[in-house]
Amino acid sequence: MIELEGLTKRFGSKVAVDDLSFTVRPGVVTGFLGPNGAGKSTTMRMMLDLDNPTSGSVRIDGKHYRELQEPLKYIGALLDAKAMHGGRTAYHNLLCLAQANRIPASRVAEVLDTVGLTAVAKKKTKGFSLGMGQRLGIASALLGDPEILMFDEPVNGLDPEGIHWIRNLMKQLAAEGRTIFVSSHLMSEMALTADHLIVIGQGRLLADTSMADFIHQNSRSYVRLRSPQQERLRDVLHQSGLTPVEAGNGTLEIDGATTEQVGELAAEHRIVLHELSSQRASLEEAFMQMTASAVEYHAHSAPGHGPQWAPRDKGA
Amino acid sequence: MTTPYPQQGPHPQGAYDSPIPVRAAHLGDALASEWTKIRSVRSTLWTLGVMIVLMFGIGLLSAVAVSAASPEPPEESVLSLGFFGVLLGSICVITLGVMTVASEYGTGMIRTTLTACPSRARVLTAKALVFFLLVFVITTVTAAIVGALQTAIADAGVSSGEDWFRATVGAGLFVALLGLLSLGVGALIRHSAGAITIMIGVVLLPLVLALFMFSESLREVQEFLLEYSIPSQLGVLYDTPVTGQGPSGWEPLWIMAGLAGAALAAAYLALDRRDV
Ligand SMILES: Nc1ncnc2c1ncn2[C@@H]1O[C@H](COP(=O)(O)OP(=O)(O)OP(=O)(O)O)[C@@H](O)[C@H]1O
Ligand SMILES: [Mg+2]
Repeated sequence: MIELEGLTKRFGSKVAVDDLSFTVRPGVVTGFLGPNGAGKSTTMRMMLDLDNPTSGSVRIDGKHYRELQEPLKYIGALLDAKAMHGGRTAYHNLLCLAQANRIPASRVAEVLDTVGLTAVAKKKTKGFSLGMGQRLGIASALLGDPEILMFDEPVNGLDPEGIHWIRNLMKQLAAEGRTIFVSSHLMSEMALTADHLIVIGQGRLLADTSMADFIHQNSRSYVRLRSPQQERLRDVLHQSGLTPVEAGNGTLEIDGATTEQVGELAAEHRIVLHELSSQRASLEEAFMQMTASAVEYHAHSAPGHGPQWAPRDKGA
Repeated sequence: MTTPYPQQGPHPQGAYDSPIPVRAAHLGDALASEWTKIRSVRSTLWTLGVMIVLMFGIGLLSAVAVSAASPEPPEESVLSLGFFGVLLGSICVITLGVMTVASEYGTGMIRTTLTACPSRARVLTAKALVFFLLVFVITTVTAAIVGALQTAIADAGVSSGEDWFRATVGAGLFVALLGLLSLGVGALIRHSAGAITIMIGVVLLPLVLALFMFSESLREVQEFLLEYSIPSQLGVLYDTPVTGQGPSGWEPLWIMAGLAGAALAAAYLALDRRDV
């Protein structure tokens, strides 16, 4: 169990994490979602006592991180895959961590096997690919067989097989009763793994909800239709108590209707339809909507924007 | 679909119990960890290897040169011929000392290290101890072997027990303390190249500056720089001080210990306060 209370971090005048309070509970996978620069990594570094909070606190099973005697046995973390010494072998990188926490050396071989790096255990980690580095980071997180696991964007750089593997690993670890806290900027990824969801934007808490609730509330289903007789169609729909909304390109969208209902209505009034379909807003859209006002780094589409090299008075 | 929080009754520690028992780790575990780190990187082998080669090479060549130049045995202890080898070798120790901490920042390993051992004091102490003992043993043993060979080549037979003690254990302690100073500076600067440059400046600059102080008004400053520069202090251990005054006997060791202690204390404070 990890409890955050009013956690705040400022870098100079920039507020990276703004008064965050939430609880990460055991036995479930908690997804930590936010766009680039939302403050996910900063929050995780503060949880591990690497960055000092400007104010607020983090408790791990009621204790401050520095009070943990052998922290690797409580909490394992994958922060960034490159947090190893490239000139050292995979085995020695893990061995020195194990020794610092009195973890038997035999455990090093075990976790290397778990992540599938046994064959390169004696190789310097400098030459590791992105995915191998990620696996080594996961091995170091698993080293102490901890009850809390924290992963910062674990699927970064993994191939589809690796992504599948880490998904199952997280589910299995949670099923064993462990606390899993995992960050991502992909809602679709979280929908597959997480049971609980915490969304932040510009350092502020935007949502703290169960995944099921989030899906229920945010996957709006609606009917989309196109017709050459739009004016008449609108009138007919209004008369039957439906409210079509113009959605561009001559399409209409109706919330809370079924295709059967709309199709029969059109047939009854002999209105030609060019399209009639049932739609579901993706979770990704819901996430983007939620964080739209909090996205820090907006991309600008290149075409139609004129020269992009003109100096801007404000940073992007 | 999924139940968000399965009710698990009063389980303050969560439901999962690790089979690996949790005991209290202490400094000994951190020492084991740091020993693994220092012996599993190439830079240790390279820096200490080059130092040994320098001490042997320069020490033996100068002994051969001395014995060839004068057929009569020299008045002074031949052990003082070890001075230049140790002085040059100390550059290697400076490099290793800086790298011991700064390379962890360069690679990002420091985050992993501090996650495994959140006590900054314990990490720094373990690093300092392991590094100090390793350098002390290597330097002292090498100096002893080189000294014995020098005596055999250009036998003077005038080296007293005290001469021997200062040229081996004394030099070993001095170089190891200089290394600790570098380790502290490495932790403060957190950048290998920057910290190494600073340390080489600390060793060489006072002498170079003193050479250019012609003005009478600067005489005192010049003398101070000459007497207390790091090469001069090392020279004191070989009874070859640059000038008559300044530190004598074992004093250079106390001075160096003070400097190393101050750098480590500052490094500890910085490590404790700063974000990693
Ligand atoms: N050491 C630092 N000094 C100054 N600003 C920082 C520092 N670390 C992070 N920031 C700023 O804090 C904000 C949050 O960064 P953080 O890395 O926590 O975001 P994130 O949610 O992990 O983003 P991403 O999804 O891209 O990994 C960013 O605006 C970043 O520029
Ligand atoms: Mg991040």
